Amino acid sequence: MTRYLLRRVWYMLITLFIIATFSFFLMKILPGSPLQAEDKLTEEQKEIILEKYGLNDPIPVQYAKYLGGLVKGDLGVSFKFDNTPVTTILFDRIGPSALLGFQALVIGSILGILLGLMASIFRNSPIDFSSTIIAVIGTSIPSFVFAGLLQYVFAVKLGWFPVALWGTPAHTILPTIALAIHPMATAARFTRTEMVEVLHSNYIITARAKGVAESGIILKHGLRNALIPLITVLGPMAVGLMTGSMVIEQIFAIPGIGEQFVTSVMVNDYPTIMGTTLLFAFGFIVIILIIDLLYGLIDPRIRLAGGK
Amino acid sequence: MSKLLEVKDLKVSFNTYNGEVHAVRGVTFDLNKGETLAIVGESGSGKSVTSNAIMRLLPEPHGFIKEGQILLEGVDLAKKTSKEMQKIRGKDISMVFQDPMSSLNPTMKIGYQIMEGLMKHQNMSKTEARKTALELLTLVGIPRPDVRINQYPHQFSGGMRQRVVVAIALACNPKILIADEPTTALDVTIQAQILELMKSIQQKTDSAIIFITHDLGVVANVADRVAVMYAGKIVEIGTVDDIFYNPKHPYTWGLIGSMPTLDSSDEELFAIPGSPPNMLTPPVGDAFAPRNHFALEIDTVMEPPMFKVSDTHYAATWLLHPDAPKIEPPAAVKHRMQGFAQTGTKGGGKR
Repeated sequence: MTRYLLRRVWYMLITLFIIATFSFFLMKILPGSPLQAEDKLTEEQKEIILEKYGLNDPIPVQYAKYLGGLVKGDLGVSFKFDNTPVTTILFDRIGPSALLGFQALVIGSILGILLGLMASIFRNSPIDFSSTIIAVIGTSIPSFVFAGLLQYVFAVKLGWFPVALWGTPAHTILPTIALAIHPMATAARFTRTEMVEVLHSNYIITARAKGVAESGIILKHGLRNALIPLITVLGPMAVGLMTGSMVIEQIFAIPGIGEQFVTSVMVNDYPTIMGTTLLFAFGFIVIILIIDLLYGLIDPRIRLAGGK
Repeated sequence: MSKLLEVKDLKVSFNTYNGEVHAVRGVTFDLNKGETLAIVGESGSGKSVTSNAIMRLLPEPHGFIKEGQILLEGVDLAKKTSKEMQKIRGKDISMVFQDPMSSLNPTMKIGYQIMEGLMKHQNMSKTEARKTALELLTLVGIPRPDVRINQYPHQFSGGMRQRVVVAIALACNPKILIADEPTTALDVTIQAQILELMKSIQQKTDSAIIFITHDLGVVANVADRVAVMYAGKIVEIGTVDDIFYNPKHPYTWGLIGSMPTLDSSDEELFAIPGSPPNMLTPPVGDAFAPRNHFALEIDTVMEPPMFKVSDTHYAATWLLHPDAPKIEPPAAVKHRMQGFAQTGTKGGGKR
């Protein structure tokens, strides 16, 4: 197990290195410069600034410096946000994003699993049909539409929650709901399909033949086997929630990573863009590792194959 | 001998998009304490549906018992609610399935899968159930049960898994064990081991067994009595000796004739022509008539009743009617029967 983990960490580092390289060179290919919007600066002043941030060095030298900083945990300083180190910006901003993403994932997947379970138990009943409709709406309508709707109904009209901004737990409710709809719909769809299939398998008949009660059949024998494919989709979705929250954070004016990412892309703030990309990549890789470990926890067959 | 189970005129149908499929069309038989009844017939003859109906494991509401009684010690199972059936399944009647590779839950430890029934039906604590599960694993011949009890199905071979399935079925000392082609998915040496295991356990526990199979070799080996099913009906029922030495129904002749034997290399293997009827629209008269060389005119008009051959032996064919022409089984079948007489059907019916 330890050897397996060490190997995985080693692969993670390699992946991160490749992503860092790619994003660095992509930045260099990008048209425009951090100073394009600054009309009031003279050529001379621009030259001084480019020199100060090392943007006049040959690209291989910039790359080497960047990698050197990475190894030390230094992601450079932001061009845009008052010369603050990128790491500081990310640390300050990850809180709201992570909180929103986590809440949305937990609420969305739990509700989705429940919805899918109900649909599979009462197959072809009104419950099943309404769950399918919810799932279709949830997957096909983008989250910013829901965000706007929620703001209009619950904040503007009813005044139950704040329209936007960040601060109290009440501020998190509307963005969480807007974010949770997509994972909920996906979880509902997958749970239903998988449960219907699992409930037709032979070991469920064996359990019935033992006299196991229907609740035990569904929860003890069915759900666990149906969860395996669900985890596969929920993992990447967890990361998707982090990136997907860019739009939601903009709409609700939440000081999270997504909002800051969008701003930094607009102004060609290279170090911040690369730092955020690396952070997303890191989150993705860690979640994939967690998923693989979860597989093992749920499915003993995978545990043995991968654990040694 | 006391009657443990009486199935009376059982009719089971399935509702499909094309209409009602009459899978079982009036099956009547009984099962005595401690005996083994084999139900044989080709695929689609209604053997498994009959056993699933007894267990009330039909995929309701699409599959349902249309008519008839299933009396377990006088109590009609066909009228039980699904809650009541949960208390009977696994306790009074339990079942061994065909495919051991898929009939165990892949994400649950073997031990717990055995203990589940014990804790439910016998109100055992976890510790007691675990002790009993260890004994059961030993009983079904699994080495090192203390290690195996904590393992998962994928760590067992096919034969070992079937032993576990047998252990699960036996956990609560059921009065009736239904084995639905328990050896079909296993290779021949393992088949023999599982059959031996079931026989020895039956002697210890005195359970009655309903053995569903299409393998007549297995029937001769394990059964006391045999019921031959065709197109949702029992066409012939009798002791092993009745069926193997003195078969009366042309379908049984066909089954026996199409059984390969070790010394049959010089002769052509007999096959029953045609295929079974579509049970969406069961034929009028004798369902076997279109495939029957010996069909009489009446077979296409009227269904034959059960004719009594002896106290233990009944067959549904017009050939047994006093007015019917005398017809001898085909030569190939006769030859086969002589073969049985020389070697003797091993064990069956004479224990």
